Amino acid sequence: MTACEECLRRSLLLGRLAPYIERAAAGETGRRAPELLALGDQALAEAVGGPRAVELLGGVDGAAVAELSRRVDAAGCRVRCRHDPAYPPQLREHGAQAPAALFASGPPEALGGLDPDAAITVVGARRASAYGLAIAEELARMLAGAGMVVVSGLANGIDSRAHAGALDGGGTTIAVLGGGPDIPYPRRQAALHRRIPARGGIVLSELPPGTASFRWSFPARNRIMAALAGMTVVVEAAERSGSLITAGMALDLGRPVGAVPGPVNSSMSAGTNQLLVEGAVPIRDAQDVLDHLLGAGRRTVRELGPDLDPDLLLVLEQVEGGNATCDAVALAAQAPAHLAATALARLELLGYLTSDHTGRYSRTALRPPAAKP
Amino acid sequence: MTAVARTFTLLGVAAHEVHVEVDVRSGLAAFSLVGLPDAAVRESRERVRAAVSNSGFRFPLHRITASLAPADLRKEGPGFDLAIAAALLAASDQLANEVLARHSLAGELGLDGSIRPVPGVLAMAEEARRRGAGGIAVAADNGPDAALVEGLDVVPLRTLGELAALGRGEVRPLGRSDPPAPSANGAVPDLPDLADLRGQPHLRHALEVAAAGRHNLLMVGPPGAGKSLAARRLPSLLPPLDRPEAIEVTRIASICGREPEPGRLAERPFRAPHHTISTAGLVGGGNPPRPGEVTVAHGGVLFLDELGEFSRSSLEALRQPLEEGQITVTRVRHTVELPCRFMLVAASNPCPCGRGGSARGCRCPEASVRRYEAKLSGALADRIDISVGVEQPAAEALRSGPGERSAAVRERVALARERQAARLGAGRCNADMQPAETRRACRLGTEAAELLVRSHSQLGLSGRGYERVLRVARTVADLDGSDRVGADHVGQALTLRRRAGR
Repeated sequence: MTACEECLRRSLLLGRLAPYIERAAAGETGRRAPELLALGDQALAEAVGGPRAVELLGGVDGAAVAELSRRVDAAGCRVRCRHDPAYPPQLREHGAQAPAALFASGPPEALGGLDPDAAITVVGARRASAYGLAIAEELARMLAGAGMVVVSGLANGIDSRAHAGALDGGGTTIAVLGGGPDIPYPRRQAALHRRIPARGGIVLSELPPGTASFRWSFPARNRIMAALAGMTVVVEAAERSGSLITAGMALDLGRPVGAVPGPVNSSMSAGTNQLLVEGAVPIRDAQDVLDHLLGAGRRTVRELGPDLDPDLLLVLEQVEGGNATCDAVALAAQAPAHLAATALARLELLGYLTSDHTGRYSRTALRPPAAKP
Repeated sequence: MTAVARTFTLLGVAAHEVHVEVDVRSGLAAFSLVGLPDAAVRESRERVRAAVSNSGFRFPLHRITASLAPADLRKEGPGFDLAIAAALLAASDQLANEVLARHSLAGELGLDGSIRPVPGVLAMAEEARRRGAGGIAVAADNGPDAALVEGLDVVPLRTLGELAALGRGEVRPLGRSDPPAPSANGAVPDLPDLADLRGQPHLRHALEVAAAGRHNLLMVGPPGAGKSLAARRLPSLLPPLDRPEAIEVTRIASICGREPEPGRLAERPFRAPHHTISTAGLVGGGNPPRPGEVTVAHGGVLFLDELGEFSRSSLEALRQPLEEGQITVTRVRHTVELPCRFMLVAASNPCPCGRGGSARGCRCPEASVRRYEAKLSGALADRIDISVGVEQPAAEALRSGPGERSAAVRERVALARERQAARLGAGRCNADMQPAETRRACRLGTEAAELLVRSHSQLGLSGRGYERVLRVARTVADLDGSDRVGADHVGQALTLRRRAGR
């Protein structure tokens, strides 16, 4: 445990003030919470606690801090404060908004040496299309395979797929939570929450163990995600998605933001497409990320799928052309439906396609060898 | 004087013989009815009194006691009228006892002495033959139905007065000569035809495979994509019922008051209960137990549109019927077994709003989409082998001519079923295979085996999912006329597999 008392006191205060901040930031969660967090202890308590400020400030005394230290140990967590050499220096760029301390489960050494140029934040909508989910997983898998750390928020949808993909690719991943690091939220990702520290990753939060998540704490943790990595990639986001907040924070820090293009008629990709219009880096695969972050050709990841015979290649092109169902492929390829079905099943088994519960097929990021540039 | 007439009460989908004993003795004029009669049976006294008087008979002004035996069986409905009246007439020496000895009776009386039809006459006629009765006297309108049972004299009566004529040997039973045939091969006249389904070859293929292997089927797609249209055409792809099956289906239809036409055997039923149906309405229940939709669908197709909207308890209750082909309803007084071997066809929207996917403007909240998917993948997951996505057919397809007719598909289905019967035993289909049988029945080619191994790792197919794919692949191979399950068969089965929700 390496954290000075002052920082622990701040963290503890933040945990206790969380419900008050919720009330103060109600109505316009988003930008406001990080601004509140830039305030000093006294000012923050007065801003959100009102008449109870004195009482609340008085509550975080030496005994309470000692109790917090015990709680951190009991939860199997570690803490690093902003004065600790192992505190990721890139977070200090937030200035007054930088978290006072980070509570983490998982090996702490992974955090200290975290190079922003070796980390990518991959975020996106909770409710995502099969396309978005497949891309998130594949992107994270390839990035992890190329030795990058994948940072995300453990949310359902894109975030959790990114973590899963990174683990699948044998890499390290960092999940930044909106509540205490010991609380698996969302609950549906409890298995992932266990798996990440077990596989050498880190689950971290600026809130002490045992703190519940609040609406304001999600945009607040987004600033940590934006700062940790050298680049933020939004995989799929609708027009008013929380991942756009993360992208905005990354831009505020002067970090590049990438976006995966989506169908122009899909509301689920409206946010990412808008980012591209505004000048975000178009991301087609992990190579695009590496080229932008490290310079073109500095590191290559392209993984090519197994060989395809011409018939399968033709069907693959049909799916890429927007024919998502067996009937559409058969019609476009002028082939009997049962042959199209067999071809789709083979392509799915080879990893080129995925299908959803309505039987619609979509492309994965895997490239066939013949299409090699 | 005492006389005994035989009639029937219905329990479940079978008729049980009831003896009506009538005793007429001197005393104050009274007419009492004992033996667990329900309200409609009790009212029968009034109808009998009026009908007897209005048919040229004398209503005895004595003490009349009518007893329905066995006393512990609950008697329902107006079908006892005819038997009570007949026993009363015999007990008062107005009708020869031989008539009652030779014939069972079932019919409702009008006040003017006319005889009205009652439901379930086919079941009653079967029971009469089983009990060794020489004949059965029924309402004229019920005659053709009762005559479906072979080896029984059926006497159609228009009025109570004709009963006296029967005693005098003046009424002829219906001819036994030509029992109506079940719908002859290839001629299933009234069912909607698959030719109406334009385009959508994948859906057609799914229907054909489902019909061939008797696999239960789930269709997922937006409203208006043709899910109901397709489901309604499934019965026309199934081989025609054989005679014992047809009799059973007709008997059930007749008990549930849905006879097709008097004297004709029923076709394969198609039932599409609304999703607000109660569990008892779906699987049967109540006291006394009545057949539910699953039993009415026996031998045919049960179509559950909007599967996700059915209550969880209703869907859970479908398990026993799907697994055992019959359902047991137990009440304090009796246990009734209702047959229900049906094909389940379910349809669902891809999400609560039905648009399915953002590209088509779906704005359902994520949690509700997930609940919906979970319900679909959870509901009866292990009993539904085939799932098919249904989309609006392409415009080109709509402009094209009618598709292949049901008759052609039915021939292929019949051939595939013959192959299955040869392998598994008569009447059994691939959907009925146990895991050990599946392994025996599916000799896999090298490439097919390789695909299946890959599907395990790449698609995360569970053990049961694997089993389902294998069963469907076996059916695809049967349709192909192949003993060996090849890679193409497995590939097609994989596109028809159920996919878990995200």
